[in-house]
Amino acid sequence: MRDGADPAAPMLEVEDLAKHFDVSRPLLHRLLSGEGRRILRAVDGVSFAIPKGTTLSLVGESGCGKSTVARLVVGLYTPTRGRVRFAGHDLHEARADAAQRRRMQMIFQDPYASLNPRWRVRDIIAEPIRAFGLVKGRAAERERVAELLTHVGLSPLDGEKYPHEFSGGQRQRISIARALSSSPEFLVCDEPTSALDVSVQAQILNLMKALQRELGLTYLFISHNLAVVRQVSDRVGVMYLGRLVELAPAETLFTAPRHPYTRALLDAVPDLGMTGRQRVPVGGEVPSPIAPPPGCAFHPRCPLADARCRAERPALLPAGEAVVACHAVEEGRDGAARREPAGALAPDAA
Amino acid sequence: MALPGAAAALLARWRESDLWWSFRRSPVAVGAALVALLCIGGALLAPWIAPHDPFDLAGLDLSNAFKPPAWDAEGDPAFPLGTDGQGRDVLSAILYGARISLLVGLSATAFATLLGVLLGLVAGYAGGTADAVLMRIADVQLTFPSILVALLVNGVVQASLPRELHGALALYVVIFAIGISEWPKFARTVRGSTLVERNKEYVLAARVIGLGRARIMLTHVLPNVLGPVLVIATLNLGLAILAEATLSFLGVGVPPTQPSLGTLIRIGNDFLFSGEWWITIFPGAALVAMVLSVNLLGDWLRDALNPKLR
Repeated sequence: MRDGADPAAPMLEVEDLAKHFDVSRPLLHRLLSGEGRRILRAVDGVSFAIPKGTTLSLVGESGCGKSTVARLVVGLYTPTRGRVRFAGHDLHEARADAAQRRRMQMIFQDPYASLNPRWRVRDIIAEPIRAFGLVKGRAAERERVAELLTHVGLSPLDGEKYPHEFSGGQRQRISIARALSSSPEFLVCDEPTSALDVSVQAQILNLMKALQRELGLTYLFISHNLAVVRQVSDRVGVMYLGRLVELAPAETLFTAPRHPYTRALLDAVPDLGMTGRQRVPVGGEVPSPIAPPPGCAFHPRCPLADARCRAERPALLPAGEAVVACHAVEEGRDGAARREPAGALAPDAA
Repeated sequence: MALPGAAAALLARWRESDLWWSFRRSPVAVGAALVALLCIGGALLAPWIAPHDPFDLAGLDLSNAFKPPAWDAEGDPAFPLGTDGQGRDVLSAILYGARISLLVGLSATAFATLLGVLLGLVAGYAGGTADAVLMRIADVQLTFPSILVALLVNGVVQASLPRELHGALALYVVIFAIGISEWPKFARTVRGSTLVERNKEYVLAARVIGLGRARIMLTHVLPNVLGPVLVIATLNLGLAILAEATLSFLGVGVPPTQPSLGTLIRIGNDFLFSGEWWITIFPGAALVAMVLSVNLLGDWLRDALNPKLR
């Protein structure tokens, strides 16, 4: 392992990653009003790994830090603490090396802001090809762009047009084509479908899944849409106020959620087949990440919170196939049986 | 063969554009464009259309001095707008003077645009200390009237140059002085737009690929912040011409060997109260026509490019 890279290493390894933003008011203002620095803990100690060829999704409410994680792992932000390893390399070194940088790409949320309005589509898609010098000559570049456009379901002729001539879904296809043009292995998708119509969402998700199968891509998928996450993920991480509260295989998370926050999120999903079901809405607001509550950050909204939850921050501990950060789950007072199918309890009742 | 085809395609695109549509429906814009075209055309073609050469001292005849305009009873058809105290044809002097005015105006605006756009891009994209320093300089400069800054710069540069270089460099000094007094407007506008563009996702996408700052600024941000710059540059052209005229009127602008419209107005001003009004009024009218038409065009362009007024 001369270059320190392990071929069996996960595509991405994140360890105790944190990003704090200084949102203090100007110095003079602070001195006059006597207030201290204000530090926003957007991400505060997140660890996970993504094996090659799989999809990890991060879900959570607005402001829970999931987009910040996405930007940290491609190097758009510098972490305050913790480290990121990309295919066995330290991220900082990987970013400095074009051969490694080429292997990671990002797809963005807003298809209207992610394409330069002054550039022709063929130039947008060719940008990574030119930046990394992947093909020689203009003809070969044109050919590669045409191939990419076809790959994402557009016509090679569309390359001559400008982004404003396309719909949101088509623009997202162009974004994907641009991301694929450097032949990456790892794609960070920051809410790639949340700005799209439901029908178009499905097309884009199917395209992304097909590409994953075909090219063996690894995805870090950021979303707040649980239905979308269930469709694409191998594993799902639930984030709350800058921390992971539960990390589990997708099916486990959706059929047997453990953390009270995960349960509350799933309970809030509108479901046509289960009308009349008792719903317990998540009460209250997300606390400010500038002044997070002591102990477990979720305790002000948690139905299971007790004195320990208010004082001691829970660690991520294994619970079945999942890892969960919850004192109630650890102590077994989360009423896990509540989620068992009704039939299993029937003989007892009879 | 390819060039006429491309030009024709460009013309066709222009004819289909919103801008052309808005231009056709604005009588003020059409009128202003005609006047501006007349002024610019006259200035450019001066050596071919001027009836006399005002710089040819041998052609001057003192017996032709103070001839009133041609339509006056004492006028001479050879001098349509009359002559000045040395028998120089006023119309020819105006045509040649407009050349100098336009040259200084365009060069100064180009200089201010280049400087302002560059500094604005850097301030907006780099942020932090560079931004703070550049913008405080711009703020300080904006508190002074730009003509005062131009006067100051002009005076300092003139004083620090050896006397024998004055004549040769005066024109460039004026261009520099006016340009340097106008850059903050461009820098602030560009900085504002850059702050918006730099956080857009297409810029982030370029950063993920690992492109350098300079390349992102020039290829991604610059094309997207140029719209307002075009409008300010057009409006600024009128102001720059006016600033040059003011400096020349005060006697510190272009050298007397290359009289601009401002110089002509100053010369004519001495004769205004002795009844030879045409020597100063016609250059003044030409200046007004040129600046007003350019400014009206700029106003129209600003409205036409403002999506909220469409």
